[in-house]
Amino acid sequence: MPDHNSGAATSVERLLASSLESVDIGEGLVTEVALKAGLEEDERHRLGMAVRESLVNAVVHGNRYDARKKVFLSVSANRERLTVTVGDEGDGFDPSALPDPLAEENLLRQSGRGLLLMQAFVDEFEVRRREPRGTQVLLVKRLAAT
Amino acid sequence: MSVKLNIRQVGDVSVLDAVGRITLGEGSSAFRETVRDLISKGNKKILLNLAEVSYIDSSGIGELVSAFTTVTNHGGQLKLLNLNKRVKDLLQITKLYTVFEVHEDEGAAVRSFT
Repeated sequence: MPDHNSGAATSVERLLASSLESVDIGEGLVTEVALKAGLEEDERHRLGMAVRESLVNAVVHGNRYDARKKVFLSVSANRERLTVTVGDEGDGFDPSALPDPLAEENLLRQSGRGLLLMQAFVDEFEVRRREPRGTQVLLVKRLAAT
Repeated sequence: MSVKLNIRQVGDVSVLDAVGRITLGEGSSAFRETVRDLISKGNKKILLNLAEVSYIDSSGIGELVSAFTTVTNHGGQLKLLNLNKRVKDLLQITKLYTVFEVHEDEGAAVRSFT
């Protein structure tokens, strides 16, 4: 998949395997782009965490480690925004049907906090249906004007 | 890098010094096994020192919660020590800061166990 780098705009796309190694690879790739885009360290860490959570979801819950399925990662940055999409080839899910991890009765559940953290760590967040199948998560960090 | 765990006994409190990352995979399972091992040996007062933990993801948070409920269900106590800003942020976002007893001084933390 291509890398484009022309002046202030950067665009990278990767096809990743449905494995946990892909999580580290994808997180590293995005934080590298974020560094070049001038995102400061704490915000890079937060973005990296959001990307990590979305990649884990894609590999574990979406593709269920199926070697025949891929994870689609794209990251692009211009002067205003850094945009990441993470897609999988799973069955899809309805985020509104998931238990609220902040509800008193769910605080001690072992899992179910991934979407909450993604949402908390980026400026724009969206879960949408990916065509022809699967889920795509959109994560956007606004970049400070220089 | 995954998490490395070292156990120190301070009086009747087991201080678990964690170094590295508590994330999905090896890091979180190592943590789970160590806490269960402590409980099976009758060590029910556990102070988890997170000073050298650079990264926790949602899976790692799940392991902290799981350890907390395991220890509590066995009549013990699990408390946290020395959270860095990032881990503190995570616990605040997930509302777990109100669930865990968090300390910044080891001596005071050890004395707080009943």
